[in-house]
Amino acid sequence: MNDTIAKLRSCRLELRKNEVWRNVDFDAFLNDEMVSPTKKSRCSNTVTCNIPDLDTYRISFENGFCHTIDATLPQGVKVLPIAEAKKIMGAEMDGYLGSCATNEINRQFVTLRDKVKGKKMENPYLEINTKEYTDGVVVFVDDKVVVDKPIQILSMLQSGKPQLIQTRNLVVLGKMSQASFVMCDDSLDQTASFSNNVTEVFVGQGAKVELYKMQNLNDHTALLNQTFVALQQDGTFRSMAITLNGGHIRNHTEVRMMGENCDCQAHGLYLIDKEQQADNYIYVEHGHPHCQSNELFKGIMDDAARATFNGHVLVSDGAMKTEAFQTNKNILLTDKAHVDTKPFLEIYNDDVKCSHGSTIGQLDENALFYLRSRGISERTAKTMLFYAFCDEVIRKIEIPALRERLSDMVKKRLHGELDVCSDCALHCSTPCNGEEARHTFKIDTSKL
Amino acid sequence: MALLEIRNLHASIGEKEILKGVNLEINRGEVHSIMGPNGNGKSTLAGVIAGNPKYTVTEGEVIYKGKNILDLPVDVRAAEGIFLGFQYPVEIPGVSITNFMRTAVNEQRKYRGLDPLSGAEFLKLMEEKKKVVEMTTQLANRSVNEGFSGGEKKKNEIFQMAMLNPDLAILDETDSGLDIDALRIVASGVNKLRTPENATVVITHYQRLLDYIVPDFVHVLFEGRIVKTGTKELALVLEEKGYDWIRQELTEKGQL
Repeated sequence: MNDTIAKLRSCRLELRKNEVWRNVDFDAFLNDEMVSPTKKSRCSNTVTCNIPDLDTYRISFENGFCHTIDATLPQGVKVLPIAEAKKIMGAEMDGYLGSCATNEINRQFVTLRDKVKGKKMENPYLEINTKEYTDGVVVFVDDKVVVDKPIQILSMLQSGKPQLIQTRNLVVLGKMSQASFVMCDDSLDQTASFSNNVTEVFVGQGAKVELYKMQNLNDHTALLNQTFVALQQDGTFRSMAITLNGGHIRNHTEVRMMGENCDCQAHGLYLIDKEQQADNYIYVEHGHPHCQSNELFKGIMDDAARATFNGHVLVSDGAMKTEAFQTNKNILLTDKAHVDTKPFLEIYNDDVKCSHGSTIGQLDENALFYLRSRGISERTAKTMLFYAFCDEVIRKIEIPALRERLSDMVKKRLHGELDVCSDCALHCSTPCNGEEARHTFKIDTSKL
Repeated sequence: MALLEIRNLHASIGEKEILKGVNLEINRGEVHSIMGPNGNGKSTLAGVIAGNPKYTVTEGEVIYKGKNILDLPVDVRAAEGIFLGFQYPVEIPGVSITNFMRTAVNEQRKYRGLDPLSGAEFLKLMEEKKKVVEMTTQLANRSVNEGFSGGEKKKNEIFQMAMLNPDLAILDETDSGLDIDALRIVASGVNKLRTPENATVVITHYQRLLDYIVPDFVHVLFEGRIVKTGTKELALVLEEKGYDWIRQELTEKGQL
């Protein structure tokens, strides 16, 4: 076990000159006491995360192990624990697993970056996960199947001792199929943990997948959430990562367009305070003509929180008529809050429409005066403007009930009331026992 | 007692002094018009009364309902019944007009010790007040001023005024950028809201607006001071002759 921790520690040194992994430092979250849980390590709280008015197919993980898979899944949708899937599906699985998430050159899905730069991608975290993952699920959606309800993957952490979690998921969508996933990562206690998770997503021709990630972990937890996506012709990928709480969360997403007319919409919102860190890395590879990608990431940092946005769009020489847009907007509330932002376009074709930009600032004084001039108190006006800032991202959620729910959670986060999520038995954030568990997003008005 | 009394008001933005001793008295039931060339302090005066923190008052008093309000924050002044119609209404994407107005109305009610309006009561009030400026339903479902045309923005200002029912409304260049139909709607909205209990200050460049909103007094704000006060006929003279004759008159009197 300590061996793995040592390997994870050495990743930082190995990647110290790598732009993709800049500012990534999990050392504070790795400790030698950490153990890999076993399947017997269950959460003591009952797992019932209900989103009002949102019916989902439920898959739940406790401490990195899959315990329940919804029995009512419709025809054409197969969900199996990864070990079982390997036994049953054998060859079919081998074609996919590891073929999108790999560092090797000359693999089935050759990346343009390898061609352009002539070098191999470095991702030791992925290598460790590939060798040592303990569990995960495999989701197969048959051709032309449109899954009627979102598939919700709940990952709960609660063990009472520090733990290291490594899961590996695989999602394969057949031609013209459609599915959406709501992935909730929650801590149920204050125990430290480190998760090194990998998900591979294969989107068939004309298929559409949506991934909504809701992250609400305790301050002692680090989550490295890597998602590798391969889009076939006319495929659509949408993702939204909402980071509400967590020690250090990195959403690392790599999207490769393997055919014409692919669409990638990746968005994110992070609201962090204290010494929390949120890090979004998104790499989109435009290898074919007529593809589009759009990224909008926004965040508010309070106290000494740190955020990173690192976006990379690569447009190859053959990818004419590409449209790619990157936007990152940040609000810093204190002198100690920090953000590193790098929206980066790398273009090898003239016939494209691309833009990138980022802003770092405070609230708009004119908007604040306008609201207050109608009798709205300074505090309320600021909260309204913070929410309005977040709304641009939230309104992109395509599932109405989920949009409502997240809008509600963001409001609560801004009011510092996230731990009293009334309609959820989970206490999505940490249950409050003692002062430490209280999550406040105190807005220090004097600094604005 | 006058509703508003401004005594020797001096205000600056940064190092630059804009208002250089303004005196003005406004009583309930009156409509005042403030005219003057660009850059002479009209919007600054409006901003100082409303409490815009970007201006610093260096001297003088603003007495409203018998109290000096210069130390009150902007939201408290609003709750006390002062309304500023903006020359350039601010676009706020993500805040719906409904949410904005509901928050404003209820925060003002709270200040006055009243219970908040229920959802139904609020919607009823909103439907009623929308008629004041012939507002369409869609407008109310949108974000505050986002993507509004010039006319819609100004109608929205008067709609907000109708919702908040102020004692003192200061309308800063409400007529600028309006076509004649929008001007008629906006002006008739303002007229509908006039009562013997409230007062309106109309800041404008053009006499045209004053054909619709007829003022009791017309003041000329020139180089940071009110240098001339008259009735609505003064506006006609200004329209015809411009402001040069005022400069001349002041120079002759040795006041410049």
